[in-house]
Amino acid sequence: MNILPIDVASGVILLWIVLGLLGLALQRSPRVICSVIFPFGALVSLLLAATGLWALSATPDIAVLPLGLPDLPFHLRLDPLSGFFLALLGGASFGVSLYAAGYFKAMAGEVLGLLCLEYHLFLAGMALVLLADDAYLFMVAWETMALSSYFLVTTDHKIPDIRRAGYLYLLIAHVGAIAILLSFGVMQGGHGVAAYTFDAMRHAHLSGFWSSTAFLLALFGFGAKAGVLPMHVWLPEAHPAAPSPVSALMSGVMLKTAIYGILRVTFDLLHAQVWWWGVLMLTLGLLTAVFGVMFAAVQGDMKRLLAYSSIENIGLLLVGIGLTVTFHVYGKDALAALSLTATLYHSLNHACFKSLLFVGTGSILHATGERNMGRMGGLIHSMPWVAALMLVGVLAISGMPPLNGFVSEWLLLQAFLLSPGLPNSYIDMLVPVAAAVIALSAALAAYVMVKFYGVIFLGQPRGNASAKAHDAGLWERAGMSWLALLCVLLGLAPVFVVQQINHVSQLLLGTQLANAAPSWMLLTPVDTERASYSPVYFLLAVLGVMLATVWVVHRYYHGRLRSAPAWDCGFPAQNARMQDTAEGFGQPIRRIFEPFFKIESELPSPFDVNPKYQGRSEDRLWYLLYLPVRRMTEKLSGWVSLLQHGHIHLYLTYTFVTLVVLLIFV
Amino acid sequence: MQIPLPLQFVNLLASLLLLVVFAMLAQRRILSLINLFALQGVILSLSTFVVAYSTAQHHLYYSAWLTLILKVLVLPWLLHRLIARLNVKWDVETLINIPTTMLVGIALVIFSFNLAAPISQLSQGITRGLIGIALASVLLSLLMMLTRRKAISQVVAFLSLENSLFFAATSATQGMPLVVEFGIALDVLVATYIFGIFFFQIRETFDSLDISHMENLKDDNA
Amino acid sequence: MMLNMTQVPAVLFQLTQLLLVVLAAPLLTGWVNQCQAWLQNRSGAGILQPYRVLHKLFLKDAVIAYNASWLFRITPYIVFGCMWLAAAIIPIIAVDLPFSRAADVIALVGVFALARMFIALAAMDIGTAFGTLGARREMLVSFLAEPALLMVLFTASMISHSTQLPRIVAAFTQQQFMLYPSLAFAALAFLIVLLAENARIPVDNPSTHLELTMIHEAMILEYSARHLALIEWAASLKLFAYFSIGIALFFPYGIAEVGHWSGLPLAIFLLLLKLLLAGAGLALFEALTAKMRIFRAPEFLGTAFLLAVLGLLIHFLLRA
Repeated sequence: MNILPIDVASGVILLWIVLGLLGLALQRSPRVICSVIFPFGALVSLLLAATGLWALSATPDIAVLPLGLPDLPFHLRLDPLSGFFLALLGGASFGVSLYAAGYFKAMAGEVLGLLCLEYHLFLAGMALVLLADDAYLFMVAWETMALSSYFLVTTDHKIPDIRRAGYLYLLIAHVGAIAILLSFGVMQGGHGVAAYTFDAMRHAHLSGFWSSTAFLLALFGFGAKAGVLPMHVWLPEAHPAAPSPVSALMSGVMLKTAIYGILRVTFDLLHAQVWWWGVLMLTLGLLTAVFGVMFAAVQGDMKRLLAYSSIENIGLLLVGIGLTVTFHVYGKDALAALSLTATLYHSLNHACFKSLLFVGTGSILHATGERNMGRMGGLIHSMPWVAALMLVGVLAISGMPPLNGFVSEWLLLQAFLLSPGLPNSYIDMLVPVAAAVIALSAALAAYVMVKFYGVIFLGQPRGNASAKAHDAGLWERAGMSWLALLCVLLGLAPVFVVQQINHVSQLLLGTQLANAAPSWMLLTPVDTERASYSPVYFLLAVLGVMLATVWVVHRYYHGRLRSAPAWDCGFPAQNARMQDTAEGFGQPIRRIFEPFFKIESELPSPFDVNPKYQGRSEDRLWYLLYLPVRRMTEKLSGWVSLLQHGHIHLYLTYTFVTLVVLLIFV
Repeated sequence: MQIPLPLQFVNLLASLLLLVVFAMLAQRRILSLINLFALQGVILSLSTFVVAYSTAQHHLYYSAWLTLILKVLVLPWLLHRLIARLNVKWDVETLINIPTTMLVGIALVIFSFNLAAPISQLSQGITRGLIGIALASVLLSLLMMLTRRKAISQVVAFLSLENSLFFAATSATQGMPLVVEFGIALDVLVATYIFGIFFFQIRETFDSLDISHMENLKDDNA
Repeated sequence: MMLNMTQVPAVLFQLTQLLLVVLAAPLLTGWVNQCQAWLQNRSGAGILQPYRVLHKLFLKDAVIAYNASWLFRITPYIVFGCMWLAAAIIPIIAVDLPFSRAADVIALVGVFALARMFIALAAMDIGTAFGTLGARREMLVSFLAEPALLMVLFTASMISHSTQLPRIVAAFTQQQFMLYPSLAFAALAFLIVLLAENARIPVDNPSTHLELTMIHEAMILEYSARHLALIEWAASLKLFAYFSIGIALFFPYGIAEVGHWSGLPLAIFLLLLKLLLAGAGLALFEALTAKMRIFRAPEFLGTAFLLAVLGLLIHFLLRA
C-alpha cells in the first residue's frame, strides 16, 4: 500500500500521544523518561520534519478520521503550507526535545511524568493544528495546544507570580480562541454543519463586509496568540515563567502556529481580497516590532528580554504578511512571492535561533539559579559550550551575515526596495517609511543582543553563583548544537530553502520566486542585475582573509602573548560591580524612548551609605488598556451580582420570568 | 523619460528648500535660524532665476533680484539687528521636543505629497512634484510656528511660510504679475518692521519675549 | 559565478583592489592626521606615521588581561577581515568586481554590523568599567547610524534599480547626466553617518583618552601590540571604505571598467585626488566643529536617519 505524507504525520501525532502517556505511566522511573522517552520523542520530531519536507513537493493529501461530531468527522489535510510549518515544528522540536532530555533530569518523578505527558500533548496539539482541515478539529487542536501549554507554564505552580502569569496567558488565549471561533462561524456563513470544513469555506464566496469581519476576527484571535500589539501582555509573563524548553517551544513554534493561522485564513480561506488588510497588518506589525525591541532593550531578566524580542520578530513576520497581502491585492504577484518567502524564511529562522537562545537560558538558570542578568557575568569561562553555541544564536538573531537571520532580513528589505509603483500613493509612501522602521528595529535588535550576550557571558562574574557555574550536560549540548547547526545551515543554503518555500508560494499566490542564477550558491530573487547574495562565498572570504591575516602576522612578526591584570586607569579598586548591569546597558534606550515607558525609579541620595538603586520600566498599554477593561469588567460583574441575593424564591422568580418572556417571543 | 536640465535643477532646489525648512525645524539657536532663513532666500532666488531662464520670462528676473535683495540681505540684516538690540541669542525653547517635531514633520511631508499628487497631474510637465514640496514647506513652517515659544522664531517661521508660498507661485504658475510681487515684498518688509516694534513692546511689558506670558492677557473673570 | 577564462581579468582587478586598499588605508589616516596638524599649526608627524605605528605595534609582545576569553583574542582578526572584505565589495578602482555579486549593499551594512558587534562584545569581555561604557555608547551610536546608512544606500538603489554597488555606480556614470535631489538628502545623511561610524568629531574624538568623551577608544583600551595594530588598521580600512562608498555614490566619475587596464592609472589617479580632497575636508570639518555631549548624539544621528528617509520620500515624489 502507498504511504502518504499525511499518514506519517498522523502517525507522528499518535506516537507523541503514546509517548506522553508512557511517560505518565513511568513516573516512578524518571531516568527512563529522560533518557528514553524524550530522545525518542526527538526522533519522532525528526521524522515529522522529514515528512513536512516531503509534503512540500507532494500534492495535497486529505484524510477523514472516523472521529469527531456525527455530521462532521475530523478532516485532515497536508498541503505545502502545512508541510512547511510541520517541518519547522519538527526541526525545532528535535533540538528542544534532545535538550529537554538533559534539562529535566533533576526533576522529581511525579512532576516529570505529568510534564512529559503535557509536553508531548503540546507537540501533538501543535501538529494537529497544522493538519486540521475543519473548524471543529482546528479548535479542538488549538485548545489542546493552549491548555497543555498552560499546564506547562504553571509547572512551578507553587510560586504566585507564575500562577498569575499562567492565568493571564489562559485568559488571553481564550479571548483569542473565541475570536477565532467566531471568525470560522462567519466564514461558514450559516450553511449547516458540513460547511465547517475548510474546503467549504474556501469555496464559499463571502461578501466584502463579511469577509472583512472574518478577517478582523481571525487577526484578533491569532494576533492574541502571536503576541501582536496590543494583545502582547501575556508573552513577557508566560515565557519566563515556563521551564526553558517549554519557553523555547512556545516562542519558537507555538507563535508560528498563529502565523500559520493568519496565513491560512487570509490567503487560503479568504483569498486576500482587500488592500487595507495588508496595510492594517503592516502597520500593526511595525508597531509591534518597534515596541518589542524597545522593551527588550530595557529588560533585566534574560527570559523576559527574549520574550520581548519574540514580540519584535512576530511584528516583522506580520509586516511581511501585510506586505504580501498588499502586493497580492494590487496584482504584483512576483513581489508578493518575495515578501511571502521572506516571511516564511524568517519564521523558520526565528524558530531556530529563538529556541536556541531560550534553551540556553535554561542552562544558565540551572547553573546559576538566576534569571536576573545583573547578577551574572563571565559565564564564557565556566560554560564554554553554552557560550559558544549561544554566540551563534545571538549573531543569527541580530541578523549578521552569513547566518540565517540575515537572509530573511535581506529578502524582506529586497521586497521593500522593489515595491514602488503601487496605485495608492499613500501606501506607496508608507513603503519606504516601513523599510526605515524595519531597519531601525533590526539595528536595535543588535543592541539588545550585545547587551544580552555581553552582560551574561562576558566580563567578570557579578555574583558567587556565576563564578561557580558549570557547563551544560551532553544532552543539552546536543540539542543546542542541532539548533545552532540549523542556524548556520539555513544561513548558508538560502537557495535550497527558497526552493522549498516556493511550493508554499505556489499554493497561496499561484506564483513563485525564480532563482535567476543557475548556481545553488547565489541567491538572486529577482534577477542577477538587481540583487544577489552568496553566503558561502561570503563565509569563505571572511575565513580566508582572517586566516591569511593570522598566518601573515604570526609568520612575519611573532605570536608572543602574556597575561597581566586589566588596566585599572590608576584606580586599583576596580571590581565587578563597576561593569554595566543590564539596566545600565539599556539606559540610553530608556532615555531616548522615555515617553513610551512608564518608569518608576528610586535614586539614592549622594550621601547614602548603602545606596540602592531601583528602576522599573513598565508597559503603558497595561495601564491604558488592560486596567480600564478590568475595571469595567468588575463594574459589570458588580451589577450582575445585584441579581444574586441568595434567596431561593428570587431565583425561581427569575426562571419564571425568563420562561414567560421566552414564551411571549416564541 | 528625460527631464530637461533646468527643471532638474529646480527639482534639486525644491528639495533643498525642504531640507532647509527641516533644518529650521530642528534648529535650536535663533542666530542659526536667521542664517538658515537667508539660505532659504538664496535657494528661492536661484530657483526663480532658473525658471526665468528656462521659460524666458523677463519679469521673473526682476522678482529673483527682488528676492535676493529683500530676503537674503535686508530681512536677515533687520533680524540680526533686532536680536542684537533685544539681546536674544539664546536657545529656542520648543514646546514639543525636536525628534517628535521631526517625526510629525515627516508625517506632514507624506500628507502633503499625497495631497498634491492630483494637482500635479492637472498641471503640465514642469511642476510635477514641486507643488507637493511647496505645500510640505508651508505646512512645516506652520508647524514651526506652532512649536516655538519665542516671538522671533515665530516671525522667522512666518517669513519661511511666505517663502514657500512664493516658491509655489514661481515654480507652479511661473510667477505672479510683477505688481503683485512688489506689493507682497513691501508687505513682508513692513510686517517685519511692525513685528520688530511689537517685540520691543512685548519685552517692555513682560521683560521677556516668551509668548507664553501673553496667556496672562486674557480676561481673568472668564 | 563559475570561474572561467572571461572572468580572469575581473578576478585580477579584485585582487589588485584588495591589495591596494589594505596597503593604502593607513595612508589616508596619515593624510587626515597631517591635515589636522597643519590646521592646528603643528608640523605633524608625516603621512607615513600610521605605518610606523603599525610596525611598532606588531613588534611588541601582546599583553592581555587575565580573564580575557577566546572571544577577545579572535575579535581583532574578525574585525580586520570584515573591514577588508567591505573594501572588496565597493567599486574603488573598477566597476563590476566578482565578489560584489556575493554581497550587495545590504550585506555591506551587515559586514560593518558584524565587525561592530564583535568589537563591542570584546570590549565587554574584560569587564572593566570603560569597556562596557564604550560598548554601550558604540551600540547607541550605531543603532541610529546603521539604519540611516541603509536608507542612504536604499535611495541610491531605488534610483539605479539594483542593490549591487557596481550596478549603482554604473547607473550613475553611464547614463545621461541627471541631478538627483534625493541624493542631496542622502549625501547629508551619509556625511553624518560617516562622522559617527568612524569615531570622528562631533560624535567621538579619535585622539582623546578622556573617559567621559571617548567611545571607540574606550572599547579598545585593553588591546595591545598586534591586536591593537589590527584594530587600528581596521579603523583605517573602515574610514577608507566609507570614503569609497561616498565617492561611489556621489562622485563616481572615473572608476574604471573591468578589463580596461589602460583605464586603471587614470582611475587610481582620480581616486587619489578624491581621497585627498575628502580627507582634507574631513580634517577641516573636524577643526571647525566642537564635540557634542553624548546625549546630543542620538539627536544628531536621528537627524541623519530622518534626512535619509526624507530623501527616499523625495525620490518617490519626484521619481528622481
